[in-house]
Amino acid sequence: MITSEAVKERVEIPLASETLSEERIAYLEGLVSQARTAAAVFTQFSQEDVDRIVKPMVLAGLEQAQHLARLAVEETKIGVMEDKVIKNMVATEFAYNYIKDKRTVGVIREFPERNLVEIAEPIGVIFSLTPITNPTSTVLFKCIMAIKTRNAVIFSPHPKAWRCCSEAVRIMYETALRHGAPEGVFTCLESHTLQDNAYLMKHKAVGLIDATGGPGAVKAAYSSGKPALGVGPGNTPVYLEKTADLNTAVVDIIISKTFDNGTICASEQTVVIDDEIYDLVLNKFAELGAHICNDKETKLLARTVIDPETGFMQPLAVGQKATDIARFVGLSVKPNTKLLIAPIQGVGREHPLSVEKLFPLLSVYRAKSVDEALKVCVDVNHAGGLGHTAVIFSRNDEVIRKFGEVINAGRLIVNSPGSIGALGAVYNDLVPTLSFGCGTGGGNSTTDNVNIYHYLNIKRLARRTQAHMWFRVPNQIYFNMNAVENVRNFPSRCTVIITNPAMEHIGHVDIVRRCMPEQTHVHVLVIPDAEPEVKVVVHGVETLNFYKADQIIALGGGSVIDAAKIMKLKYESPEADLQELAAPFLDLRKRVVQYPTEKLTRARLIAISTTSGTGSEVTPFAVLTDKEHGRKVTLADYSLSPDVAIVDPQFVMSMPKGLTADTGIDCLTHALEAGVSSYASPYTDADAMQAIRLVFKYLPIAYENPRDEEARCMMHNAACIAAMAFSNASVGVNHALAHAFGARFGVAHGRANALMLPHVIAYNAAVPTKFMPSPYTQGYVAHKKYATVADLLGLGGNTIEEKVKNLVAATEQLLDRLGFPRSIAELGISREEFERAIPDLTKLAFDDPSWRSNPRMPLMSELADLFWSAYHGRGVAQAANASQKQTA
Amino acid sequence: MATISAWLKIDEERVVPALREAGEKLNGDGGEVLLDFSCVSRIVPSAVKAMENFARLADDRAVKVVLRDVNVDVYKVLKLVKLTPRFSFVSRDPRSPD
Repeated sequence: MITSEAVKERVEIPLASETLSEERIAYLEGLVSQARTAAAVFTQFSQEDVDRIVKPMVLAGLEQAQHLARLAVEETKIGVMEDKVIKNMVATEFAYNYIKDKRTVGVIREFPERNLVEIAEPIGVIFSLTPITNPTSTVLFKCIMAIKTRNAVIFSPHPKAWRCCSEAVRIMYETALRHGAPEGVFTCLESHTLQDNAYLMKHKAVGLIDATGGPGAVKAAYSSGKPALGVGPGNTPVYLEKTADLNTAVVDIIISKTFDNGTICASEQTVVIDDEIYDLVLNKFAELGAHICNDKETKLLARTVIDPETGFMQPLAVGQKATDIARFVGLSVKPNTKLLIAPIQGVGREHPLSVEKLFPLLSVYRAKSVDEALKVCVDVNHAGGLGHTAVIFSRNDEVIRKFGEVINAGRLIVNSPGSIGALGAVYNDLVPTLSFGCGTGGGNSTTDNVNIYHYLNIKRLARRTQAHMWFRVPNQIYFNMNAVENVRNFPSRCTVIITNPAMEHIGHVDIVRRCMPEQTHVHVLVIPDAEPEVKVVVHGVETLNFYKADQIIALGGGSVIDAAKIMKLKYESPEADLQELAAPFLDLRKRVVQYPTEKLTRARLIAISTTSGTGSEVTPFAVLTDKEHGRKVTLADYSLSPDVAIVDPQFVMSMPKGLTADTGIDCLTHALEAGVSSYASPYTDADAMQAIRLVFKYLPIAYENPRDEEARCMMHNAACIAAMAFSNASVGVNHALAHAFGARFGVAHGRANALMLPHVIAYNAAVPTKFMPSPYTQGYVAHKKYATVADLLGLGGNTIEEKVKNLVAATEQLLDRLGFPRSIAELGISREEFERAIPDLTKLAFDDPSWRSNPRMPLMSELADLFWSAYHGRGVAQAANASQKQTA
Repeated sequence: MATISAWLKIDEERVVPALREAGEKLNGDGGEVLLDFSCVSRIVPSAVKAMENFARLADDRAVKVVLRDVNVDVYKVLKLVKLTPRFSFVSRDPRSPD
């Protein structure tokens, strides 16, 4: 009896268009050409031009709202004329109210704090399918959106709503044209076929398909390979919870479900009612004109208004009055019946009335609990309504929130009618629309109420931002001879001095002890003079806890100070997971792992360095050896930096010559690498340059005359100053190479650095094969900065390349003077052994995070070349001269 | 070397008739036509159509069409309707006299 035309459409929309005649193709091509020209011309329009056209279109739509509503009902035989007038008015007036002040041309939004600007780009030609249920309102809405966004539209109305739609298009087009819109901006297909749609959906000149209609149309749109807004069916669950205002809820549901005879796809389909209020609610529905069906009537409806084969609603029932449907299926109802209500016991194919019904027939379900009610709503939601709309009536915020969490719907309407609520701007602040995005649940790309922004390509103009930088060092640094006296100024109840056996043996611990306030209890913890191990840290933390220390003094070289930093961390924040904190990162400010800020206890860390190289007394780094798991844990965070640094040269006066040279070159490498680092800043440059100057002047003196107090003092300062530079600018590829080589062949860090240093200067000064991306630097400046260093050292040279060459030569001379081996070969490592090691060395060096701030991004092959250069040694200055010619 | 067989300054208000007139003057002996668009700030769909027709006519008669001083907005319109390959574009040196 009732045919299933719409159901057939669901499966029969073809994607191919081979059956089109040449004449038909010419006709379609003409439409597209006209629309494409109009869209192209439209790109020249300003915001003011566009707004001048939109307003009269809106007024024309309002003026013709009744005329178009009447036409729609006459032609489609669907819905209620009075309600269609309202829809036409919402589609024009409410839409206008939302868009009138919005910018859609040129710059549409600016975010000065992010240096971002959004600029609108029209889509061009939009191919738009409009439905039978809301024909004219959808056309009015889409025309207004298209003009506001400078797009042209080819309309393909539902065949049974063609006359009213083409009239709506005509009214909009003529009004737009009168006010300056380009010719051809809207066209409407004449008596089209599904093949026409398929042809246009695949047309190259069509930029977007906006399909509002049945599932077949939406599926075809999405299958076309074009960007599409496909807005299709729903199945709106409603939860009527016991705390709701029942009078309001019942009236709202009736308003919504009978609005335009239930043709809006957001209208209520199944109302799940709490057991306690079920009877009361049904009585209220009945009082207000609903017919509550008995079992027999419900079964009759299920057999007739739902297609038993497909399980979908029968199209002929769509948009019909409740009384007409009742008469059609043979139900006896009162003449003033507005709504049919059919109780159901479940959801799914065995409960036919649980699907979408775009007519005034509502299913109701009696739920024994909130839990059951929510589950049934989820079932309805998943029975064809995913991503669309859901409604809840409740005063219980917790239930409302839970409903929002478990139901997958783009619109979750609370205490208001579903259909009109979803349209937006009437009962709530949703964006007004005639097209509901249903998200991925509904096979759509958006859950939004489709609006002007979906008709735009939004371009983002991103200006280069001046990245925030930093310069962080301990806030108290005491330097020069006897600076350790300042320890006296720090009150402490209990201090633990962490040191190594040598410091205790040569009496340095006693020097510190003598500087402590009398009332301070002092405990000395002696740890091995080697990279700290986990067990050493654990023991240290136990000691700190035992004495409830409020102050830690680290007296020693880098290893002792590193151990003290980690002990302090674990003492103050026992839950800190060192392995997790050592996770790699690219940008300190964006790192995934955060160091603990909540501390159980607090202890001041005073670092007294006894070597002039690592600068650990001011750095935020610490290295730990985890022998049990065979790994190294490198920690980096400014919270690790000591609170106070003491740079007192009396503790380095007895440093052996070899250690003086090794640590001194480590210091020079820190300064040179920080100087050309991609994180370098004027603040770190000042430190780096001064440290380089001090090293070149005083390191040879300190090496040759170890008791020279001035030289020792200046080298001690240089190490600390260079450390301040690299604490903030980091190091570079020299350290990556030295770490890999030193670990593999057991060569001291300073010595390994020395072997690489001249080669790395030459490498960084040449034109990079690959530039390092860095928001902090402008242009490639490494070679210029080396030249500045050469100037600072008075090395002479007239050009940048000459100056770089002189710097390399000066570095080589310094290394010679300090007695360093000048090639890896000189260490007794055979060429064969080194060749075998190269793949591992290269890999290790590439994995090392140090090079990430190097000005030049090293390729693996370049790392290998650098290793080989260091293997052969010497002659770098000449090589640098050659490569510098490229830079020039 | 191609000879300039016609030079025409296009008035924004008269793009369509101007192109029609220019089309009538195209002879079949090759050469080059230069259309000065410096006074055209915006074009309408009928002008786009006229340009399309003019380009076709010029193709038929083996005449090269050079558009001078087309502003970027108009150029974008021609780009969107795929007309740019049909023309050559030149800009006047802003330092040189008219």
